[in-house]
Amino acid sequence: MSLIEARSLERTYRMGDEIVHALDKVSFSVPRGDYIAVIGPSGSGKSTLMNIIGGLDTPSAGTLVVNGADLGKLDDEGLAGFRNKTIGFVFQSFNLLPRLTAMQNVELPMLYSGTPPLERQARASQLLDRVGLGQRKTHRPTQLSGGQQQRVAIARALACEPAVILADEPTGALDTNTTKEILALFKELNREGVTIIIVTHEHEVAQATKRIIEMRDGCIVSDKPVS
Amino acid sequence: MMTPRDLVATSARALRVNPLRSALTALGVIIGVASVVAMVALGEGAQQRVTSSISSLGSNLLIIVPGASRQGGVAQAPGSFNSLTIADAEAIARDVPGAVAVAPSQRGSAQIVADGANWNTRIEGVTPPYLDARDWGVSSGRFFDDREARQARKVAVLGATVAKELFPNSDPISQRIRISGGQYEIIGVLESKGQSGFGQDQDDIVLAPLQTVKRRVSGRQGRANTVSQISVKAESEAALTQLQTDVETLLRQRHRIAEGDTDDFTVQNLSSIADTMKQTTAAFTALLAAISAVSLVVGGIGIMNIMLVSVTERTREIGLRKALGARRQDILWQFGLEAVALSIAGGIVGLLIGSLVAWGVTTLMQVPLVLGGMTAVTAIGFSALVGVAFGAYPAWRAARLDPIEALRRE
Repeated sequence: MSLIEARSLERTYRMGDEIVHALDKVSFSVPRGDYIAVIGPSGSGKSTLMNIIGGLDTPSAGTLVVNGADLGKLDDEGLAGFRNKTIGFVFQSFNLLPRLTAMQNVELPMLYSGTPPLERQARASQLLDRVGLGQRKTHRPTQLSGGQQQRVAIARALACEPAVILADEPTGALDTNTTKEILALFKELNREGVTIIIVTHEHEVAQATKRIIEMRDGCIVSDKPVS
Repeated sequence: MMTPRDLVATSARALRVNPLRSALTALGVIIGVASVVAMVALGEGAQQRVTSSISSLGSNLLIIVPGASRQGGVAQAPGSFNSLTIADAEAIARDVPGAVAVAPSQRGSAQIVADGANWNTRIEGVTPPYLDARDWGVSSGRFFDDREARQARKVAVLGATVAKELFPNSDPISQRIRISGGQYEIIGVLESKGQSGFGQDQDDIVLAPLQTVKRRVSGRQGRANTVSQISVKAESEAALTQLQTDVETLLRQRHRIAEGDTDDFTVQNLSSIADTMKQTTAAFTALLAAISAVSLVVGGIGIMNIMLVSVTERTREIGLRKALGARRQDILWQFGLEAVALSIAGGIVGLLIGSLVAWGVTTLMQVPLVLGGMTAVTAIGFSALVGVAFGAYPAWRAARLDPIEALRRE
């Protein structure tokens, strides 16, 4: 069974009198270990799709099963647990808490999963080593470069061993060289078996993945492997 | 689900980010709790002083004084008519079973001269049961006995203040003093009683046998056998009311007062006076505490205000925490705990400051300092309650935030 199974997924918003179809009968499936880029112009529905897969938003109609969990049937608490254990988020603006050290930022999701302190620290330390920040564990975000901050964010996303990493424009705030480094890190993680979905509008980023899903007006207009 | 330990650490860290703001936020509660604590301590101190000073007059005591009398329909001032006699006192001692000690006394004032020094004071002519009735004793020397009292010997027992004024450097016992031209031997000095509840120095007094005072000091006022006061002591506080009724009945009989006519004496029940004064101070304390409690509420509003600002400022943080798996309860607890921590910290500091203020003021006013553990527990409990009450709404707002909206916020 595939990791993500979407059937006729719909998400509608009411804007005054108008009903906006942010997602219009979207169906696709993602096998374990896939590495996907979702592209499309702004307003095409790609962010909505990411929010729904990530359990931040709920579909208006259709079914979405992620890692065996039917997202339409989870309540607020169930969704929080789902986000904690199944999803690892990476954001364009990193979203690190400025008062916390790199270690403490990586520990954050494990605070909500109830991992004991010692285990938490060991895991955070190991993950920071993994993303190449072994020397910067007690630095605060302001003492780190953009690329280093995004590495901390990726380590944080991996903290609870998620089934899938959702990255929303992860290289949008980075320069070309740093972008290459982050993409190399993603590739490595994917090779180790982590499923990754990236939302991007940069062609080079999309080309670095295995599969590109293109969206327009709430529909998938193309879905093909990268040659 | 966050463990309590992590929750506390998270909230504490958030409060440390902006220490000045946290301190100012807690200040409202600090002032509120401090004023409540100070007011309650002061009020209870005042109450205790009232109680102790009234009981220092003698516990379970009735004091009978000549009452307002009417002569030909004209009301006279209370005490102006010498209606009480030594015979009345003897009758009470003989006929009223509940009277443990009966002490008639005659009050006068005189200039007292002891070689070189002189002092104007109250002189009270009493009988030996007086000490028992007033719960008093001698600190040195002795009191006069029944024989000396009967024989109207010229002996005197000095109050502590008089002894100190007249004999600052020597032992007054066996020394001689002159009172109204007569020479007296000092046989004893009384224990110090301090101020009475009415601000009078109870130690500024000289006691001498009743007959001596009647004949030589105040003899010209009234008839030979009248007294200005009779003190009657009951066995217990509970027996006081019955004793009062019995004494009143007896005196009305003896004074031949017809049914429906006004008494020509007044019986003062000291414990009922004490009760009234205690109630008055308690009501006053409650009023002051209630006014102070208003500032505690204002402090709570201050906390709510800052917590709402904090929730707005940290919207992104809340969104992120939710994305990372924080449940509504986790956020609710995190922000609720911050508010409660602020108010409890304010409560503790307020308790310390309030105690300090209470200590300062009670020392200044010479009132005993009463600070029970109950006051401390109540103060801190109330500030925690304020934290919960005013922190709940901001925390609920934070918990309800939509993570997508929150993450989009700059």
